[in-house]
Amino acid sequence: MTRRLECTVNGRRVTADVEERRLLSDFLRHGIGLRGTHVGCEHGVCGACTIRLDGAAVRSCLLLAVQADSAEITTVEGLATDERLHPLQEAFRRHFALQCGFCTAGILMAAAELCDEVAAGTPVPDEAGIRELLSGHLCRCTGYEPIVAAIAEVVGGEETQPA
Amino acid sequence: MKPPPFRYECPSSLEEALALRQEHGDEARPLAGGQSLVPMLNMRLARPTVLVDLNRLPALDGIAAGNGHLEIGTLTRQRRLERSGAAEPIGALQDALPLVGHVATRNRGTVGGSVAHADPAAELPLALLAVGGSVVAESAARGRREIPSDAFFTGFLTTALEPDELAVAIRFRHPLPGETSALAEMAPRHGDFALALAACWLRIVDGRIAAARVAVGAVADRPLLLRRAAEALVGQEPSPDAARAAGAAAAGSVDPTGSLHAPPAYQRHLVEILVTRAVARATARAQEVVAIDPLPGGQARPPHDRDGILP
Repeated sequence: MTRRLECTVNGRRVTADVEERRLLSDFLRHGIGLRGTHVGCEHGVCGACTIRLDGAAVRSCLLLAVQADSAEITTVEGLATDERLHPLQEAFRRHFALQCGFCTAGILMAAAELCDEVAAGTPVPDEAGIRELLSGHLCRCTGYEPIVAAIAEVVGGEETQPA
Repeated sequence: MKPPPFRYECPSSLEEALALRQEHGDEARPLAGGQSLVPMLNMRLARPTVLVDLNRLPALDGIAAGNGHLEIGTLTRQRRLERSGAAEPIGALQDALPLVGHVATRNRGTVGGSVAHADPAAELPLALLAVGGSVVAESAARGRREIPSDAFFTGFLTTALEPDELAVAIRFRHPLPGETSALAEMAPRHGDFALALAACWLRIVDGRIAAARVAVGAVADRPLLLRRAAEALVGQEPSPDAARAAGAAAAGSVDPTGSLHAPPAYQRHLVEILVTRAVARATARAQEVVAIDPLPGGQARPPHDRDGILP
């Protein structure tokens, strides 16, 4: 069975008929070609498929595409604007906070929510708080140190020297 | 395509949702946050004929205090409750929330969904059992009823909810003066399924424990109340010794099933530590003491012992 889905993805209106059991992660990748969202474990553990749904960082592999009807979705493709990288992306580059990049899209989306919360008045998390956020994202390359440093730099508003 | 085929229903009123529940019974699965059900669909461990999506029912989303309890609408996101501050007076619930999965799963996962899913290793069912409370269930045929937490968890992922019922709200008992609670767990990484977890509730009257509840998770098919551990506390002064006695009684009264990362003997050891820790934390909370240190002879604390209350 298919169902009509109307939503906004990275500011663009999207209308599609999707099968009811199609996962949002698969819809983003295969339905509308946004392959920046990565799919790892498909049961919510690895964090690679994290996107933002009406502002909240969520696992797109744990949502049916039809549940996103009338929602506003942001994927990693929506972070940069007009050829300008998001500050998190800049920091990740400066700190070499990625190697293979598989986990990066999900981490960026979760960290972007954190940045927005801090901008809205939530206290700046300490390193332990950032590590707690990252516990929801499996990275098998970097050992997390540069990722923690990059996020700390952006949410803390202070530029630090890459290790 | 990961999930098996199902019919997707997205009711826009509770009446409609209850009618679907009545029509399809066990063939229908209610979908709240989906942080447990969708993985089960993806792995094809669950194959419901009909999926009843509750996410367009704002009436089920809300937090209200009153009548001796905190009432949380079943669809209230865990993250919303965590950030609302409403759980703060209920120590075990306050401790539980940040341990439930990760921020991104708490953004979507719901309080009612977690309780109704009844995973023996989950934090929210354990917190509910420890502090006491109830699940408000509703059906089209029989209206509302309140199921006490002690009677709610009946087996592995199984509850006292009837096939035509929906859990519409979860009620956590609000502490009266002198009442305190806490929850502690051990997990390989923050947000992973706990290897074991424990929670306790205490009523302290005139410097002695007048009533106690001790509950443990991940060691049986459901969250368990441990009567012997609670009895070890009653009549005692809240102290590190009392906490340790409760831990020892708890370890002696469980028969852990063991899991991939924790064989039964290790789980029993964790039960002892975590019950001790939960009791110490609840006691500290009641006394508004930041931390108590039951370690004998000024022994150095292990670096991971953030609370300073490892026995």
